[in-house]
Amino acid sequence: MTTTAPRSSFTAQASNYLDERTSISTMVSALGRKVFPDHWSFMLGEIILYSFVAILLTGTFLTFFFEPSMTAIEYDGSYVPLKGVEMSAAYASTLDLSFDIRGGLLMRQVHHWSALLFVAAIGLHMLRVFFTGAFRKPREINWVVGFILFILALAEGFTGYSLPDDLLSGNGLAIINGMVKGIPVVGTWISYLLFGGIFPGDDIVPRLFVLHIMLLPALVIAFIGVHLVLMVVNKHTQFAAPGKTNDNVVGAPIMPLFAAKAGSFFFIVFGFLVAIGSTFTILPVWDFGPYDPSPVSAGTQPDWYIGFADGALRLAPGWESEIFGLTLSWNILLPIAVLGGFIVLVMFYPFIEGWITKDQREHHIAERPRNNPTRTAIGAAGIWFYAVLWAAASSDLIATHFHLNVFQVTWALQAALILGTVIVYWITKRTAIALQKKDREILLHGYESGNIRRLPGGEYVEVHEQLDDYQSWKLKAYESYAPVMVRPNANGRITPATHLRSAMSRWFFEDRIEPITRSEIEASKHHH
Amino acid sequence: MATRKKTGRRHPLASTALLLIGLVAAGGASAAVGTIANANPAPESAYSQSLTVEDGAELFRANCATCHGMNAQGTQNGTSLIGVGAASVNFQVMTGRMPMAFQGPQALKRDPMFTQEQSDAMGDWVASLAPGPERPAEEWLDTSQVSDEGLANGGVLFRINCAMCHNLAGAGGALTEGKFAPPLNGVDAAHIYEAMLTGPQNMPVFNDANIAPEQKREIIAYLRYLDDNPSVGGFDLGALGPVSEGLFIWIFGLGGLVAVTVWLTSKPN
Repeated sequence: MTTTAPRSSFTAQASNYLDERTSISTMVSALGRKVFPDHWSFMLGEIILYSFVAILLTGTFLTFFFEPSMTAIEYDGSYVPLKGVEMSAAYASTLDLSFDIRGGLLMRQVHHWSALLFVAAIGLHMLRVFFTGAFRKPREINWVVGFILFILALAEGFTGYSLPDDLLSGNGLAIINGMVKGIPVVGTWISYLLFGGIFPGDDIVPRLFVLHIMLLPALVIAFIGVHLVLMVVNKHTQFAAPGKTNDNVVGAPIMPLFAAKAGSFFFIVFGFLVAIGSTFTILPVWDFGPYDPSPVSAGTQPDWYIGFADGALRLAPGWESEIFGLTLSWNILLPIAVLGGFIVLVMFYPFIEGWITKDQREHHIAERPRNNPTRTAIGAAGIWFYAVLWAAASSDLIATHFHLNVFQVTWALQAALILGTVIVYWITKRTAIALQKKDREILLHGYESGNIRRLPGGEYVEVHEQLDDYQSWKLKAYESYAPVMVRPNANGRITPATHLRSAMSRWFFEDRIEPITRSEIEASKHHH
Repeated sequence: MATRKKTGRRHPLASTALLLIGLVAAGGASAAVGTIANANPAPESAYSQSLTVEDGAELFRANCATCHGMNAQGTQNGTSLIGVGAASVNFQVMTGRMPMAFQGPQALKRDPMFTQEQSDAMGDWVASLAPGPERPAEEWLDTSQVSDEGLANGGVLFRINCAMCHNLAGAGGALTEGKFAPPLNGVDAAHIYEAMLTGPQNMPVFNDANIAPEQKREIIAYLRYLDDNPSVGGFDLGALGPVSEGLFIWIFGLGGLVAVTVWLTSKPN
């Protein structure tokens, strides 16, 4: 070849070199066209991902200096009030990270704040998915994967919180030890197994360390991978609008626009976390002293995401009974059972709702919460239930700060937990239905324009105006379910499961507001 | 009727902003007036330098006897003060807990109603009724005599004896039936010492056999250290631990980032 072929640039040559050996262009062209809807609530998951990256980076720095050992040593660092005090190597190395290693305190604080943000963002992201019904077919499995990630995040948080081996986190471990020992028969043995002997022992910090930096992060990364692959396979949901249907996704493709936005958002999240970590202190472990099983502190709380479990312990009645010489501590068993039930219900909610609706279709349109009043009400009641348990973890601070009696605070929270959940369910359901009725009214009769006209006869009327097509589509485009009828199966029998499903279905959809029909709109137009 | 131009209309948030300005102004004004009203110090008597035990008895009968009895023997409403000692009187009077502001689960701290001399005179009179814990000598309040090891030991003693009610960082905590252990920041050294010595209200007594005067001084030195060395990691969010941290990350952390997502996905008008 003597003719001069057009000289390709270095970039072109390099990408060609890569592509011939990896076929990466197929992936880039496929992934680069993945479309992201342009609604803010679809970016909550990114906050999770980016704060997780911040956790990984700062956490790696911390492992360089942290010593996961409970060997007793005498502290000889810079923090004067602990000089000469006996403590574990883990606590001493945490103090060194805070006072003697350049940048260590910043890294610790960014790591911890990122962890709090990570779990908070997971919570908000799950609520978005729940309230828009984005967990429905085909995304049920991804909901479960996401929920496992949430549980893993809690485990990561708790193991990390316990690592510094300070008095506050040690109090937390003592509570866990007590809960484990409260399980009849096997509890004591499980506790011995966990702590390698009698609590606290010398083994728990190294064990938690391995979980915290190896097993749990590996699981989190693996499940994030599955979660994201399923997200690409299933595609995003989107809110209904003209041109946005169940069969397409409208938004910006990854390349180039969304990648630019997401990339800059990563730096915003990271910068935000560093700004918080450098200006706001978090868990000043030097104030707490080394762990020692005898002292206990007033106002001991776990990090916020474990708060609901602490609150459940605080709200549980102090019942105790004895069977065959076994003491059953209901103040421990009841919270474990209730929280366990709550977690299982949330985890399997997509399958429960799918069974009730008997709906086998795929759903790619995110529902407005009002258009499924019962689900929205269940979600709101769940939030209330969780929030009351969470608030109960700070019952002592509520009492001291508002000069209340801590017993009365506890009774009020117990009442709020049980009665409040029912009331919140009812109010939310009625509100959602009322909002649907308002939408219907606006579609049929237009909205009040504020424009008052006097008719020739002297009568005053307010002019109602119709929404434009874009706005009215948002109000019209939803589907409603009719309650499932009790029908005999192939054998001509009506099983108890059929009765149950029909009852649940009536509970969900009996007082539904049907979507507006074409004929109703036509009729309303003739009327005016 | 012609539609009014948009420029002529108030911004939708104008009334909210106006309300906020009004509230801030009214709140600020009332806080300022309150500060001025509370600014007058405890009454200074011209003859306060030379108060005797007899003056103390007079002051006691005029101000305390309604509840504690004319001879400090106690009534239905107040305990006997025979044998409580001058230390107890000084703590209760000079922290403003006595005379009590109002009946409640626990006497609350406020500006003292008496001068130091008046309180001392009453203390001397109460001490003259029967022997009791005396006010600490200056030596035991002088934290400059505490070495670094003493400071660390004070921390250890604090965690073992005090943190259970007063919290590891001395932030205070709740007790039963509306009672509480108060926060310990900024408390006068004499008052900390006297509280340990006399066990006011729900606090247990830590006598000199239990915690020696040197050790009490170390505890005071540790609390002073916490007071004098502000949070090294930045703003401490009220030093309330994970509760305020959790609220902060939800409201400002997540709230701020959600605002950013709204901004990133907003469309040009």
